[in-house]
Amino acid sequence: MSHNKDRVPLPPAGAQKTNMTCHFCIVGCGYHVYKWPHGAEGGRAPNENALGRDFRSQQPPLSGTMTPAMVNVVEDGGKKYNIMIQPDRECVVNQGLTSTRGGQMATIMYNADGVTRDRLKYPRLFTGDDWVDVSWDEAMAVYAGVTKRMLDTFGPDSIMFNAFDHGGAGGGFENTWGSGKLMFSALKTRMVRIHNRPAYNSECHATRDMGIGELNNSYEDSELADTIIFIGANAYETQTNYFLAHALPNLTGASLNKKKQWFKEETVDNGRFILVDPRRSLTTAICETNARDRVLHLQINPGTDTALFNGLLTYVVDKGWHDQDFIAQHTTGFDEALKANHMSLKECSWITGVSVEDLEKAADWAYKPKQSGHHPRTAHLYEKGIIWGNDNYRIQSALVDLVLATHNVGRRGTGVCRLGGHQEGYARPPYPGKRPVYIDQEIIKGNGKMLTVWACNAFQSTLNAQEYRQTLYRRANIVRDALAQVRGRGVDSMVDAIFDAVTNRGGLFITTIDLYPTKFAQASHLMLPAAHPGEMNLTSMNGERRMRLSEKFMDPPGTAKPDCLIAAEIANSIKALYEKEGNKTMAQRFSGFDWKTEEDSFNDGFRNPEGIDSQGGATGHLVTYDRLRQQGNNGVQLPVREYRDNRLIGTEMVYTDYKFSTADGKAHFLPAEWTGLPEMVESQRKKYRFWINNGRTNHIWQTAYHDQRVDFRTRRYPMAPIELNPADAKELGIESGDVVEVFNDFGSTFAMAYLEPDMKPDHTFMMFGYFNGNVGDVVTSWTDRNYIPYYKGTWADIRKVSSMQDYKETVSFKRRRYI
Amino acid sequence: MNQLNRRDFIKLGGAGVAAGVASMTPTSALATPESYNPGATTLPYPQTAVAKAQSLPQNKVVHFNYPDESSPCVVIRMGHPVPGGVGPNMDIVAYSTLCTHMGCPVSYDPASRDFKCPCHFSVFDSEKMGQMVTGQATENLPKIRLEYDTSSDSVTAVGVDGLIFGRQANIL
Repeated sequence: MSHNKDRVPLPPAGAQKTNMTCHFCIVGCGYHVYKWPHGAEGGRAPNENALGRDFRSQQPPLSGTMTPAMVNVVEDGGKKYNIMIQPDRECVVNQGLTSTRGGQMATIMYNADGVTRDRLKYPRLFTGDDWVDVSWDEAMAVYAGVTKRMLDTFGPDSIMFNAFDHGGAGGGFENTWGSGKLMFSALKTRMVRIHNRPAYNSECHATRDMGIGELNNSYEDSELADTIIFIGANAYETQTNYFLAHALPNLTGASLNKKKQWFKEETVDNGRFILVDPRRSLTTAICETNARDRVLHLQINPGTDTALFNGLLTYVVDKGWHDQDFIAQHTTGFDEALKANHMSLKECSWITGVSVEDLEKAADWAYKPKQSGHHPRTAHLYEKGIIWGNDNYRIQSALVDLVLATHNVGRRGTGVCRLGGHQEGYARPPYPGKRPVYIDQEIIKGNGKMLTVWACNAFQSTLNAQEYRQTLYRRANIVRDALAQVRGRGVDSMVDAIFDAVTNRGGLFITTIDLYPTKFAQASHLMLPAAHPGEMNLTSMNGERRMRLSEKFMDPPGTAKPDCLIAAEIANSIKALYEKEGNKTMAQRFSGFDWKTEEDSFNDGFRNPEGIDSQGGATGHLVTYDRLRQQGNNGVQLPVREYRDNRLIGTEMVYTDYKFSTADGKAHFLPAEWTGLPEMVESQRKKYRFWINNGRTNHIWQTAYHDQRVDFRTRRYPMAPIELNPADAKELGIESGDVVEVFNDFGSTFAMAYLEPDMKPDHTFMMFGYFNGNVGDVVTSWTDRNYIPYYKGTWADIRKVSSMQDYKETVSFKRRRYI
Repeated sequence: MNQLNRRDFIKLGGAGVAAGVASMTPTSALATPESYNPGATTLPYPQTAVAKAQSLPQNKVVHFNYPDESSPCVVIRMGHPVPGGVGPNMDIVAYSTLCTHMGCPVSYDPASRDFKCPCHFSVFDSEKMGQMVTGQATENLPKIRLEYDTSSDSVTAVGVDGLIFGRQANIL
């Protein structure tokens, strides 16, 4: 195609068409992949192309989308093919919409001449001073050899993992099962942390303890709610097509007729949105642009969410707006929680910084009985403002207390749900530990002998990242020096050298399993090449538990493999070592990985749920690849209730029967007293001027593992941007485009200044997880009781480092608000 | 925006812009699909007179269509040099006004000097080559390549950088 990107090849009529769920954010938009032999092209007439569209004339707005980012040339079975990845108009999730992330799925598929040409194709081994490609046999001889020595000598606690636990890319039910079976059933190690936090724990521990799973409604409920409270969520940027297709139509009144049809006895009106966020985000700006008088922005002081919910709970109960029948019949612990959480609106206002008038207005909108006498249907939707907030467990408890008191769960148009980051796709044996372990601190303390980093990159996505990274480099270099001493002596000598370095000199043997040579891989000794959706069949579920099959349409590059088959390769290699020495007991532990395809892993885990932790639940056995394929991009919402008339029948809303996920079936209130900021965080707040709020932008997905290779993305953000109040910036001599250093007691990082008038004085917002400028370097090591970080609880000072003329000339610093 | 040197202009605007400043192409020499060269790697863009540079109001859009009547575009004289700008002050730029996301017409905001899409809220920077500021597109706003003839003060559209929404190729 032209280098000008002013034309795209059309799929000819009859091009292969398969299903693809977008593998980036949790929304999981439906797409179709068109694939046809390279060299062939469809025509512009509707009967000449597989899209059925007439490109002989200008197509009207909203008639679909087709951009150069949506096409690529790939290889499959040794032949070249064109692909085009188009949003599915029939998918109920996105209804033909495409986000800036999903719209580039074709671009990031492997093409030897494409932007992702530096994908790992073969295992790579560090030989002391250089990387070399090796076969899987040689890679496994090292990896399995070291692992067995560790297991036999030190036991499973010496074997650590940083691992994904989700769906979508770098995840999926097949891969969580394969990796989980290896870690928890075969190796039996508890020394595992999850991709974005330093332990093996839930981001939603409190709500689960209270009996409410965190994904309990459907996106359609956002069309039906009287009021939606978004808490610490920036849905336009991070759950885009959920927001555009389901939430915004409620605010603008586009879903009002649906509400009238559903709730004939009730007063209904256009939706109202309450946004709880210390920052005026892009989502807030867009909501205000669309319906200013139906939007209330509660711009709370950082970390004061618990006080907000406690103040509202106290006020609502004082007013008698709580649902006493529901509380009496279906919950426990109300009185204790009410007493512990008690807070007057005046005190709530003083702590949160929100006026009493606005607090009362919020309570009126969300909880005051409607004119028809019914309790309002209020959805409480949260994400990282709570999850990475001031004491995750406590905030969630306070929020769910308020939700339970007002009966905003189990009714359509309600729900208390996380909005999510990744898709979900969890099926693993039970975690073998009684309590999670703060793995990062164990590494820093010198514990552990080997670490496998699986489809994640804590160098860009952990807390206290500078100390963590420095420790890893130091310990990894001990092993690197040892490997340099045994060059040319074969695998057994390498295993001996690694064993000696980690046993006697504090070294750490590091393996990364990933699509790319990541930043973390720069400290490692072995890289194993993985595959992603499109190169394997993969199942996940989205934020409304909608499960789909993304179908394979091309080969992974080189000898890269799906993660579940990498797990099998490792298990089978270790098994062979034990068999060789006649240790049947240990060989048995590593059996059960005789998988040829990812479907074998799916059948072994998701479809065989007894005794495991699976988001498919007890009815996972009803789901097959064939059945999912039949249900296309609409899939089925888990848990599956039955298979009838050749259809999987799912669950739109959980807890409509008020049987909650507790032993007694009742929802449990939890006391959640407001206790202020944690001491470690408070000390930084007192010492440093700026609040370093941090999070996502719509341009960049996760650690930018693909995006850092895409010119469209890196021209926009060559370095992590940090939004600054213009008066603050002027005082420090900073202009947009300058490089600034952000520093505190925990470390320092760099960012690209981006002046934004909506930022409050002394408040900033830095993009999280980037490859050039990592906010994790200045995040404290404090966690909640379950080792959930407080990424948002970061205070630091800022100074100008340099003026980057290139940034100023090529990067837009127009306001990232829709004003 | 600081004054840009020639190196920056080449870097930002591509060789076409630099060449456009130096070479004057008669606006009457229109290429047509009928004259398509099968050996060419570029589309047969027409050369269409857009405006006299001195007649363009500052920071206001002037509408025109390019490369054909069904493709709405605007030309703006920014009042200061911008990347990719042509004219005596290197401040004239032109863009397609169809959002690259789903084709809704974008509107120019003279206060912020950006283009806003009302459908899904994408924003594009008129002063940075149509860069998407925020939004859901995967492409910047297509930029109309312009040439400027000093002798006649004419601004001529000669091509498009980026695919115009709703087309398989920019030339129908």
